Amino acid sequence: MGLSDFAKETPWRPQSIILEADPPAHTRTRAVLNKVLSPAVMKQLRDGFAAAAEAKVDELLARGSFDAVADLAEGYPMSVFPDAMGLKQEGREHLLPYAGLVFNAFGPPNELRQSAIERSAPHQAYVAEQCQRENLKPGGFGACIHDRADAGDITAAEAPLLVRSLLSAGIDTTVNGIGAAVYCLARFPEEFARLRRDLSLARNAFEEAVRFESPVQTFFRTTTKEVEIGGCRIGEGEKVLMFLGAANRDPRRWSDPDRYDITRKTSGHVGFGGGVHMCVGQLVARLEGEVMLAALARKVGAIEISGPVKRRYNNTLRGLESLPVTFTPA
Amino acid sequence: MPIITFIRPDRRAERIEAEPGESAMQAATRHGVDEIVAECGGNAMCATCHVYVDDQWIGRLAAVGDEEDALLDGTASARQPGSRLSCQIKITPELDGLVLRLPERQI
Repeated sequence: MGLSDFAKETPWRPQSIILEADPPAHTRTRAVLNKVLSPAVMKQLRDGFAAAAEAKVDELLARGSFDAVADLAEGYPMSVFPDAMGLKQEGREHLLPYAGLVFNAFGPPNELRQSAIERSAPHQAYVAEQCQRENLKPGGFGACIHDRADAGDITAAEAPLLVRSLLSAGIDTTVNGIGAAVYCLARFPEEFARLRRDLSLARNAFEEAVRFESPVQTFFRTTTKEVEIGGCRIGEGEKVLMFLGAANRDPRRWSDPDRYDITRKTSGHVGFGGGVHMCVGQLVARLEGEVMLAALARKVGAIEISGPVKRRYNNTLRGLESLPVTFTPA
Repeated sequence: MPIITFIRPDRRAERIEAEPGESAMQAATRHGVDEIVAECGGNAMCATCHVYVDDQWIGRLAAVGDEEDALLDGTASARQPGSRLSCQIKITPELDGLVLRLPERQI
């Protein structure tokens, strides 16, 4: 994955057995993660995730003014996802830098990629260690992956690599998704007012933010044979870069594409990708996004941007470094 | 064009024209049947395009795949013997007259 072709170059870390694999090998590992992150599992997580979102919003309302990136977009996923994974308390501060590294490492081979990889050793060591069974609490996503090895669905050696996939892609994505949604609701107060009038729109308001901002902007694929795409012939073993953000604003597909509209029919956007590699954690992302936006709509009357908004640069992710806001209680 | 009838929980029926080759989910969303949410866009990954297939039709559809089977265990409204994900029902001329009941909830 990324700009470098692992058939020709050595990857910066051991290759992913789900993202960087094709069917039929991919089908087996994907089925394991589908099971661990299924709709049935989300039903069990819902109440706990919702309660944590309410608690986070109460805490932020008490503070009044804060940074919506560090304190909300990062703070909320960090308060639920590591626990859902079953991670130990110690060392969690490595999770965000590791995720930033993964998404910068997709390339191109620029300063962002280079410096992320140069600084990566402690983060890689932490993640490798937490993928081991003895470090994962029973009942969490990580232990459930190891349980699938007991059931014979994957080998014991494959389980840690699948845990690594969730630690790579399960946190920065939701951080930037929730960050995008809060940034949208802060910029478009009339949409926040609509959401406050009808809380059932929370899930779609998050989905529309994923379309509108496309936190994962681009993804590479590698052709496995010569193909023709849009009238262009591409040879075997070529890298193809998909611009998900552009597709999500394509005027041929979306009416008024540059408008954030929380009632838009968002089905068919590609913010989570598409096809067999479509985001395996999309249900976790939607759950986090929905319960956070519902909590905001219930408790917050107004979101005001109260300082300079700073963008964070990453080779793959679109998001903010800082979003100073002030919350007024409902 | 094959005609599909969607029946809402309050029994209101909507007849729509489907294109052979598209999925029942695509036909529904194209015609604004809002009860079909289809969050994942037809990739068999979310279980929000759940339908109950009428008894007389269930045996005439292609069998439920493993992925679909697992997703149906987590639908928001209870799984029933006629439960299917409409993104996995491919429309053919033989399915003209298909009747699909919509569940109370998708999420």
